[in-house]
Amino acid sequence: MHITDILVTGEPIIYGAMVSMALGGLAILFVLTYFKKWKWLWREWLTSVDHKKIGVMYILSALLMLFRGGVDAMMMRVQLAFPDLGFLNSQHYNEIFTTHGTIMIIFMAMPFLIGLMNIIVPLQIGARDFAFPYLNALSFWSFFFGMALFNISFVIGGSPDAGWTSYTPLSGAAMSPGPGQNFYLMGLQLSGIGTLATGINLMVTILKMRAPGMKLFHMPIFTWSTLVTCFIIVFAFPILTVALALLTIDRIFGAQFFTLTGEGLPMMWANLFWMWGHPEVYIVILPAFGIFSEVIATFAKKRLFGYNVMVWSMIVIALLSFLVWVHHFFTMGAGAFVNSVFSVSTMLIAVPTGVKIFNWLATLYKSKIEFTVPMLWSLAFIPSFILGGVTGVMLGMAAADYQFHNSYFLIAHFHYVLIAGTVFACFAGLVFWYPKMFGHKMNERLGRWAFWLFFFGFHVCFFPQYFLGLDGMPRRLFITNVAEWLPLNVISTVGAVGMALGFVVFVYNVYYSFRYSERETTGDSWNGNGRTLEWATTTPVPYYNFATVPYVDEIDPYVRMKEEGKTTFEEDEVKPIHMPSYTGQPFIFMALLGLASFGLIFEWMYLAVFGLIGGVVMMIRRSFDYDDGYYVSVEEIKETEKKARGL
Amino acid sequence: MAESKKRVPMNHVIGFILSLVMTLVAAWAAIQSDLPVTWVIIGIMILALLQAGVQLFMFMHVTEASSGNGHVPWNMMFHGFALAGILVAGSLFVMSFGHDHGDHGDMGDMEQQEEQHSEDHSGH
Ligand code: HEM
Ligand SMILES: [Cu+2]
Repeated sequence: MHITDILVTGEPIIYGAMVSMALGGLAILFVLTYFKKWKWLWREWLTSVDHKKIGVMYILSALLMLFRGGVDAMMMRVQLAFPDLGFLNSQHYNEIFTTHGTIMIIFMAMPFLIGLMNIIVPLQIGARDFAFPYLNALSFWSFFFGMALFNISFVIGGSPDAGWTSYTPLSGAAMSPGPGQNFYLMGLQLSGIGTLATGINLMVTILKMRAPGMKLFHMPIFTWSTLVTCFIIVFAFPILTVALALLTIDRIFGAQFFTLTGEGLPMMWANLFWMWGHPEVYIVILPAFGIFSEVIATFAKKRLFGYNVMVWSMIVIALLSFLVWVHHFFTMGAGAFVNSVFSVSTMLIAVPTGVKIFNWLATLYKSKIEFTVPMLWSLAFIPSFILGGVTGVMLGMAAADYQFHNSYFLIAHFHYVLIAGTVFACFAGLVFWYPKMFGHKMNERLGRWAFWLFFFGFHVCFFPQYFLGLDGMPRRLFITNVAEWLPLNVISTVGAVGMALGFVVFVYNVYYSFRYSERETTGDSWNGNGRTLEWATTTPVPYYNFATVPYVDEIDPYVRMKEEGKTTFEEDEVKPIHMPSYTGQPFIFMALLGLASFGLIFEWMYLAVFGLIGGVVMMIRRSFDYDDGYYVSVEEIKETEKKARGL
Repeated sequence: MAESKKRVPMNHVIGFILSLVMTLVAAWAAIQSDLPVTWVIIGIMILALLQAGVQLFMFMHVTEASSGNGHVPWNMMFHGFALAGILVAGSLFVMSFGHDHGDHGDMGDMEQQEEQHSEDHSGH
């Protein structure tokens, strides 16, 4: 086999991407070597099992993916605003909308949220790490290699092009030969291991490792949202795993689960995909709800209104999320009765969601709002998300959905919920907890610029798309030079540019704040408004998190701790702390599985078998691993805490 | 430093080998054997139950009443069964109900049509 057989050739844009990737890669290698950072990288990051560092790596990867998915988006918007330019051909357009959708959901939204959970949840419940720190590192590296695999597809082998939903029979071997679709299957499969493991890990952490006295109904609302999300992950992801495996067996080993021939059932793919897919959209929205609740309570300086109701509505949403999947394929023609059942269950979800909206409004009511940047994102979320929710209910009416389905109306709906919900929450959460992670805040002025650019850009981009949908413009179409559609498409592209600018300002702000922001001196970064335990730790957070874990028997325990002058460092109660050792195994293990997946993608079976055997060896290695971690001495803890607290 | 117990976890090793063997037998039954289809299906079902048993008793903590939270595995298993119920019953309901000519060949081309002229099928 020759190298040109697997490299994608003949596309100027892709050549450009190759060159810039190669240059970027070289630059990174050079910087690491020049500043002698290889050891540091391995010792401090690649082998880390510290939940805070893993969280930071998740968030960095997610930001990188937001960039990659964003570039895809801008290319689509250019094509749609100037259809006569011939910027993209149909094949390239198909590949781009496929990678855009997959990356944004699987490799951007989920890891961003999981990254925030990684850092914040143990701090909120008074834990010193995850229940299974080794497994946590494993999760991250499985996600990382899955992401890497998916992302190289466009230069090696060709990208998948059957949509992020990968519907059969289009995505089967007969109609999509070649490695493209395999990249989708293996990339998702590999990173799915990590998601599932994180679900279990966080669930156990939250159920078993809370501070003494903390009952479930004393937990901060973000932790609650994480717990509920973990349940959805644990029950929904196996469905995806099985569906992906079946399709892989179809494509690589010639089975007939989803084919048109050989008694396959192509619609079964859609059925299984959405049994996972609908819960998946709640996996990315519930943590967002949790973040907004924290931010709103903090800057309204009040206890969250209706805490119990908030929790219960999340639980109800989680249950219902498993009962509505058919609304994604009403037009499959399952008949009026089936569609009616799922129409009703779909609309029911709007009830608990509406309850939450009213609770946020009630929290804000008559409060002294402090308009910080995270609060701006949260306040913007409420009306924007309502537009997405209301149009969701419209889509949920099966009869009407025969009109809306697969039009830009649908596109506008899910961008209103995913961007105004999930992406706004990621920004809000990152800015909110940034001082906890990096020891300084993000610059306020630049933060506002990023917010307003992104906010206006978002509405200008997606609001017109509702009307494009009503005018009949279908999704996933690359030639759109119909006179009635053109003006709205141009407006939409202008909005997209606004969002891109907002993102650029945001990233610049990371650099700017690193250089110029004041360093935090207390742990309670937002003018002493912190309500939950994460603000009780010092900044930067010591690697063992809590010198002493406080007794908690209420919601917002830190409010009272401050009144009573208590801290997470009660000097005479300090005991040695048991911590897990760093290890390179998760990295190596997942690199081997990544190699195996790469082999399967190109159907190079020797490579696949080699990687798999390597994986088994790593598992055996782990099974007989007797490293029980180490203890941090009392003297070291006292010294660290006194320095951090200026005692 | 806690005393590390260098003990081979025999229970787990046996469980692991058992589950591998059962998986291989199932694969062999489906791919290589000449057994009639009904027997293959019944065989796989039985193996699946045994497999679940191995997981529960040799790896999970169903037998440890003393773990304090002994209800957790049962609780999760209940949810697991509920979900499996939704999965199977829901799929049957969705995939076979209301199609008055509901053989799969037909669903295949419906899927292609759904984007263009789905109204053709809306009445079925
Ligand atoms: C009030 C709550 C909601 C309702 C009633 C609702 C309803 C719907 C319906 C009926 C569809 C399918 C329309 C069609 O294909 O013709 C849909 C699509 C979609 N929804 Fe929602 N939705 C809601 C909230 C959400 C949330 C919170 C998210 C994610 C954060 C979300 C993400 C999506 C996505 C990604 C799709 C499109 C998937 C695709 O075809 O590629 N929705 N929604
Ligand atoms: Cu849905």
